[in-house]
Amino acid sequence: MNKSLLNYTLRIADNNLILGHRLSEWCGHGPILEQDIALTNIALDLVGQARNYFQLAAEIKGGGATEDDFAYLRDVYDFQNVLLTEQPNGHFGETITRQFFFDVFNYYFTQALTKSTNSQLAAIAEKSLKEITYHLRFSSEWMIRLGDGTEESHAKMQQAVDDLWMFTGEAFQADALDLEMVENGVGVKLEEIKPYFDQKVTDILDQATLSLPEGNWMQKGGKQGKHSEHLGFILAELQFLQRAYPGAKW
Amino acid sequence: MSDSKNISLEDRFQEKIDNNIQIEPKDWMPEGYRKTLIRQISQHAHSEIVGMLPEGNWISRAPSLRRKMGLLAKVQDEAGHGLYLYGAAETLGADRASLIDDLHSGKAKYSSIFNYPTLTWADIGAIGWLVDGAAIMNQVPLCSCSYGPYARAMVRVCKEESFHQRQGFEIMMALCNGSPEQKELAQDALNRWWWPSLMMFGPNDSESKHSAQSMKWKIKRFSNDELRQRFVDMSVPQAKILGITIPDADLKWNEETKQHDYGKIDWEEFWNVVKGNGPCNKQRLKTRNKAHDQGKWVREAATAYAEKRRQRNANRAKTA
Repeated sequence: MNKSLLNYTLRIADNNLILGHRLSEWCGHGPILEQDIALTNIALDLVGQARNYFQLAAEIKGGGATEDDFAYLRDVYDFQNVLLTEQPNGHFGETITRQFFFDVFNYYFTQALTKSTNSQLAAIAEKSLKEITYHLRFSSEWMIRLGDGTEESHAKMQQAVDDLWMFTGEAFQADALDLEMVENGVGVKLEEIKPYFDQKVTDILDQATLSLPEGNWMQKGGKQGKHSEHLGFILAELQFLQRAYPGAKW
Repeated sequence: MSDSKNISLEDRFQEKIDNNIQIEPKDWMPEGYRKTLIRQISQHAHSEIVGMLPEGNWISRAPSLRRKMGLLAKVQDEAGHGLYLYGAAETLGADRASLIDDLHSGKAKYSSIFNYPTLTWADIGAIGWLVDGAAIMNQVPLCSCSYGPYARAMVRVCKEESFHQRQGFEIMMALCNGSPEQKELAQDALNRWWWPSLMMFGPNDSESKHSAQSMKWKIKRFSNDELRQRFVDMSVPQAKILGITIPDADLKWNEETKQHDYGKIDWEEFWNVVKGNGPCNKQRLKTRNKAHDQGKWVREAATAYAEKRRQRNANRAKTA
């Protein structure tokens, strides 16, 4: 078993699962029926993408592992999603801001991943990119609409940007696994996509009449399994049935 | 307009209905017909929207990724049904925002079944199997109801509902073929959802106040009791396949009538839930109101931004 490839695949899957789970919490509670449907669409896309990556991970791991083993039977420290994805939904604007930052990263990351020397990862990336392109359009439009909407919405969005910005750095900080995967041509060169991320974020925030906060201290740890307190509660709900009825088929 | 002209319009309208010609938004229709339809369609739309809550309750706890996606997609379908039903009501001159206000103030009704709680994962199976099953019984005849936009919306709704029902039955099947504990979950869910599902067909024919006129207008095609009977007859063999017991000691096959006799429905409970005394009435409305109130600033911002953009475009056109 190629342990590095397994971990790298899980890292991508975890981002999608945790953010998809967060978005799914909106279902039935959206501000407008159309947006309720749209957020659920993105949740479905992300959980669907997570499944593709988990299925690949199961294949790499072998020994009869399944996609659900990864989602339902690992503990907090095994998850490698970035801290941004596990942040609580907050109000609609906070959800949109979290989504926007992730979508910009995810778009350029996935675009680069289509060039991976691992043909399976490249194929999943190719398939996901169409969906992510739509996600980025959706969250960008809402950043602009809410940022440049009313005084109240502007203030709420600026607050969301100020609060969430410190969770965006981690995605671009290459650790030993990232470097190893770049070396063998499988992974994405994070320093190469960072300028595109910065450009896109600046462009959309300009249109939204919003600005980035002063100071550039970034939170990190998610990719190495050091999470916020939020993830434990996500897993408590997500994994409840699998933990309460071990081995049951659903 | 003179009375004699009204009568002839009404006669012509009824003639169309009798000849199974569908009524379209621009056609003349009696005010009573319009009002009845707006009431029925908006109640139906509200039911879809409130119905998202009891099932949405289990999205974050679904037991596998496949089930999670199935449930998410199902609840999303309900939002979609709400959208096209509100759309159908708008073709009659109703306004979606005020219909929704009526739901939130408690003035408008929605299906009482959604005032029952979902306690275990098996409830998601039981709702799909029984509640969606009962909904389909009620709704398939509406696909040929006299009002065109409603009938067409229902064709789409019914296709998706029958998929949901299969999905629900499959969840029940997995539980019943699973461990003894899982089968117990399934039985418990059937015990709790059976009677409320029978109540979904509404009061007995003798008590149903809107029925006769709605039948004449072909908004309703079968009586409450007829549809309820069909539902019982359909569900009995399905419960047998699952290997769980319908909680009704009086339920038995009647050789003479060639249908199942069933026990007495607790109408006192039914009317109390309708009046707002069900286990979750207050909770559901509170949740709906909270989502709506918390979304106010979003809706206002979207409107303000659209207006800004319109003005900017107009200014640009002026200077060009």
